[in-house]
Amino acid sequence: MYLKLSNLFSLILTPIIYFIGTNANLVFAEEPKGIAKDWGMNLQTPFTGVARDVVNMHSFVTIIMALITLFVLGLLIWVCYRYSEKNNKKPSKTVHNTLIEILWTAVPVLILLVIAIPSFKLLYKQDVIPEPDLTIKAIGYQWYWGYEYPDNGNFTYEAFMVQSEDELEEDKPYKRMLTTDTKVVVPVNKIIRMQITASDVLHSWAVPAFGVKKDAIPGRLNETWFKPEKTGIFYGMCSELCGVNHQSMPIEIHVVTEKEFNDWVEESKLKYAAKNNLIANKK
Amino acid sequence: MVATIIEHEHDHNIKGWRRWVFSTNHKDIGSMYLIFAIIAGIIGGIMSLIMRTELAAPGDGILNGDYQMYNVLTTAHGLIMIFFMIMPAMIGGFGNWFVPIMIGAPDMAFPRMNNISFWLLVPAFILLMASPFVQGGAGTGWTIYPPLSSNLGHSGPAVDMAILSLHLAGASSILGAINFITTIFNMRTPEMSLHRMPLFVWSILVTVFLLVLSLPVLAGAITMLLTDRNFGTAFFAPEGGGDPILFQHLFWFFGHPEVYILILPAFGIVSHVVSTFSRKPVFGYLGMAYAMVSIGVVGFVVWAHHMYTVGLDVDTKAYFTAATMVIAVPTGIKIFSWIATMWGGSIRFTTPMLFAIGFIFLFTLGGVTGVVLANAGIDTVLHDTYYVVAHFHYVLSLGAVFALFSGFYYWFGKISGKQYYEWMGKVHFWLMFIGVNLTFFPMHFLGLQGMPRRYADYPDAYAGWNAVITYGSYISGLAVVWFILLLFRTLLFGSKCPDNPWGGEPDTLEWKTSSPPPFHTYDTLPSIGAKDKKADH
Repeated sequence: MYLKLSNLFSLILTPIIYFIGTNANLVFAEEPKGIAKDWGMNLQTPFTGVARDVVNMHSFVTIIMALITLFVLGLLIWVCYRYSEKNNKKPSKTVHNTLIEILWTAVPVLILLVIAIPSFKLLYKQDVIPEPDLTIKAIGYQWYWGYEYPDNGNFTYEAFMVQSEDELEEDKPYKRMLTTDTKVVVPVNKIIRMQITASDVLHSWAVPAFGVKKDAIPGRLNETWFKPEKTGIFYGMCSELCGVNHQSMPIEIHVVTEKEFNDWVEESKLKYAAKNNLIANKK
Repeated sequence: MVATIIEHEHDHNIKGWRRWVFSTNHKDIGSMYLIFAIIAGIIGGIMSLIMRTELAAPGDGILNGDYQMYNVLTTAHGLIMIFFMIMPAMIGGFGNWFVPIMIGAPDMAFPRMNNISFWLLVPAFILLMASPFVQGGAGTGWTIYPPLSSNLGHSGPAVDMAILSLHLAGASSILGAINFITTIFNMRTPEMSLHRMPLFVWSILVTVFLLVLSLPVLAGAITMLLTDRNFGTAFFAPEGGGDPILFQHLFWFFGHPEVYILILPAFGIVSHVVSTFSRKPVFGYLGMAYAMVSIGVVGFVVWAHHMYTVGLDVDTKAYFTAATMVIAVPTGIKIFSWIATMWGGSIRFTTPMLFAIGFIFLFTLGGVTGVVLANAGIDTVLHDTYYVVAHFHYVLSLGAVFALFSGFYYWFGKISGKQYYEWMGKVHFWLMFIGVNLTFFPMHFLGLQGMPRRYADYPDAYAGWNAVITYGSYISGLAVVWFILLLFRTLLFGSKCPDNPWGGEPDTLEWKTSSPPPFHTYDTLPSIGAKDKKADH
């Protein structure tokens, strides 16, 4: 009843446009890279080594799991056909077969081993943080993120969701529910260490295209890392229920060249330091 | 349903409302549990339809931007479906009805405790249903993580009411569990050794052990939360030296066994249904029983796979990855044993059998996505997204609920004395099957694309699948309406159900009594005959 007619149209038209590939969004070079696709059915395109490993690992496990599911489905269909009342009037009385019982215990164990080994490899790669080039601290608030750049003059600022396209101040694409007024800026091809904490309730700092998600917990300082491989705009969303506006504290990251990053740092030092000093002086 | 039971009374039992309110009869209490579960299930289902309508398109929908109300709905939907729908139906309803009958006991071991178990559930439900009307309600998610559930996030009394509701529901379940353990261990008919117990009784036995061991931990955790909120303690408040993660550990030490509490009785029901309609005894009986025991045991040491992103040590995550994947092995044994039970059988596709076959396939699907999520590395990306929502609805909404319906159609004639309409049951199955798959399968895609759960509004890219999901949920809603029609039509106009409507040599004792069974099932201990060596080995 709340579906508008236009939504109904887009429901029918979007997949067609998507499959023909004339989606106008793809034309602009500036379009964000780390974002969900209309009617997307797989993980977001990865833009770090870890995220790519996650995608590969996921594909690997999913293929095995799909084969198992199809195997079970096939067995079920075959059994339902072959041993239906019509095709098999007299039921057998077999209730044991040691060989097959050993097989259906041992084979799953082997399959799980095959999955577990690359899974552990991925886990340790993801979780053990290499020597970072840059550290950024993210602090979750109800309902916005605060950022600190301790390695670059220790300036701090906040990022709020932009409510509508009219309120957008910077020159950048607007994506509803994803664009923030300020942005996280990081240099390309550098190892970024994210320190994540919260000041009130739990939040979670997540960027799917980087394969990163870490809970922001008051009283704890969590760490994770990523090394973005391409410049562009990447989005993330708060991923731990944090109250009324849980859906309204997105994350916008701009991956830029080192020079652009340094320029941005110098500009931000002045911009945010002035603001911070103003607050300090008032006290 | 009720009137026919009374005719069989031959002692001076109380009549009228006292019969129900003061009931000590396992069958009457079981019926009350089932009615309670159906009502709670409808309320919880309506909540999910409201949520789906809100999510049908991006932007504000039916809730007009009241996101707190959305969170209250998700919280209540989860708690109602778990504590007031599946558990009362499986354990309180079918467990109460059929465990004593199947083991040849005249009633439960503690009939009065059985009564309080049920009647504690009613105030628990009232407390939970009243909490949304108190200062904005409890929008904490069913996991009630602090600090969102502390004074900081929810200062009003709504969360206190939810906590007290869980306390009452927990006490109800613990009392029920003690009752079942005593009944099953002490009141079996003499020839029934543990290894000759029907699998449904086995499944209830394992389930109630999980309840007794896990619920006190939840009770402790929410009591600490209650004192944090009201009496100035700081168990979970970092500013007082506490730790919010402690709550998560305690919660999931309960919460993970809890999901097996929901699914184990389903395993029991499906075993009976598959065996009956394949006209074959269950394949690998001992393997089936001990697979459930091992699922129960391992279920206690995997809880932190719900917490991969909280900042656990990497070795801890590796352990929980490995332990979680181990559970796939006994689960696989069960799936293959059901198929082997059907193999060589002479299968009749009655409504309960359709639901059981649907259960086997959909539970497999939900199980394999569980293996995907078990990998901490992959879960980093999928944690708290719709992929997880899809996974647990496949094992619960399509697993446990399908088994509930399977059991319902299987036993409804026995319980009420009226046999359901077969064609209506089949229509119900297909409506439900299409509806829930359309609802929950696309959720995998949303999750993979990164849509977080518990969002009342979402970026526009997720609009397409969300619209499909909402249509799917309406079909599921239609299936529930159809089920209610079927229920009333059967009760009012259904034909009399024979003692054993399914034909063949009955495996379990409930088919050897009348439909419905007399008020007191057994005046003398029933015999199940000497042990048949060939059947056991």
